[in-house]
Amino acid sequence: MSDNRPVGAGSLRPRDLAWHPPAHAPGYKTSVLRSPRRPLIAHEATLSEVTGPVFGHEAIGPLDNDLLRNFVAATRGDGEPIGPRILVHGRVRDESGRGVPGALVEIWQANAGGRYRHLNDRTVAALDPNFGGCGRTLTDETGAYRFRTVLPGPYPWPNGVNDWRPSHIHFSLFGPAFGQRLITQMYFEGDPHIPLCPILNAIPDARAVRQLVAPLDMDATQPFDARAYRFDIVLRGPRATWFENRPEGL
Amino acid sequence: MVQDPTLLKETPSQTAGPFVHIGTHPWTVGVEGVFAAQPGQVVAGPDCPGTRIRIEGRILDGDGQVVRDAVVETWQADPNGIFASPVDPRHERVATGFTGWGRFACSFADGAFAVETVKPGPVPGPRGTTMAPHICLWIVARGINLGLSTRLYFPEDAAANAADPILARIESPQRRDTLIAEPWGEGAYRFEIRLQGEGETVFFAT
Ligand SMILES: [Fe+3]
Repeated sequence: MSDNRPVGAGSLRPRDLAWHPPAHAPGYKTSVLRSPRRPLIAHEATLSEVTGPVFGHEAIGPLDNDLLRNFVAATRGDGEPIGPRILVHGRVRDESGRGVPGALVEIWQANAGGRYRHLNDRTVAALDPNFGGCGRTLTDETGAYRFRTVLPGPYPWPNGVNDWRPSHIHFSLFGPAFGQRLITQMYFEGDPHIPLCPILNAIPDARAVRQLVAPLDMDATQPFDARAYRFDIVLRGPRATWFENRPEGL
Repeated sequence: MVQDPTLLKETPSQTAGPFVHIGTHPWTVGVEGVFAAQPGQVVAGPDCPGTRIRIEGRILDGDGQVVRDAVVETWQADPNGIFASPVDPRHERVATGFTGWGRFACSFADGAFAVETVKPGPVPGPRGTTMAPHICLWIVARGINLGLSTRLYFPEDAAANAADPILARIESPQRRDTLIAEPWGEGAYRFEIRLQGEGETVFFAT
């Protein structure tokens, strides 16, 4: 092959790399030395990319998606985390719009003061003794998921002389195919740090940026308890063509 | 790229950042006990048949500095080339105790990661081809905007590697060699991933 185009119809649609931040994004300084400079070698998705690990409900505990409670329970405490209580919910779908059931959704985030419970985080803000900052869940049969947590605070980071991350929650997603693997970040509607963020601004298309900004969802808000934000996620796909184009011999 | 307008756009990627371990390996960074079970710790359980292998890896940046905050995921077939996934039509015959998936945090001290597994078998490739035994790797870290996909192949499989349809996509033999692990003693291999520059590892887009 003299070019790098896929050699045939794969069962995962080729990823639109222009929709993602490029590997080399000079405004995000760490990317400069951690970005491959050679072109990616393209190939159609094979059995190795259309298959992926399966996670069962037995692996997920009842408090795993409740960040308001899960760390307190682990430390046998009885307090509540500091900060605005929120629900984060949405649907995981594939590119054709079908819900992705059984997807593992993992999240991690800073506390309301903008501090992570991580041995490498030396931010001046205090740790919250009642907040761990990790959660996980499996999507239901329609692809829906839901977490309870606190609104994470913005935090300063060493990039430019005075860069602050917008409030954000890190999301990791497993669909049925390892080739769908995705890690991203969810931002909050109305955050004035969003247009200033070098990591978010590495995304070339403003429509793609908007896809990462979760709107306030008053309809799902729990009165006198927690406000809701809705974050819908789209994974690559569909994978249905895989079943129509099985390799010979299988 | 021209795309069907009825399709949704994939959610854009963002870096996993420096604190990815809170999500993937919380017990290593000071968040113990939140989750009862931790997925990704066992690729091939003690009852799994096949040849036991160990892969010792590390990741280097464009200055040759070791990357100490990355997380590496591996995905592979069992010794018979079957995946532990219902998408593989043969999955009911997958080896006992085999998950095929692992997730490893690089050491904060020296950047090393180690994968204990069994050697995968050859896997059916596109249009009647056969892919040589290989392990898929997915790498995320601070400074990596979209997870990087690569593959590890084995040095003892020269003939199968020469016939592999994915390795055949790489024109330069020197670049192809970046995907072949080094023998590293009995049942062990070393795999060094260079993100940039001299000897840059081949990364794939599918
Ligand atoms: Fe963060």
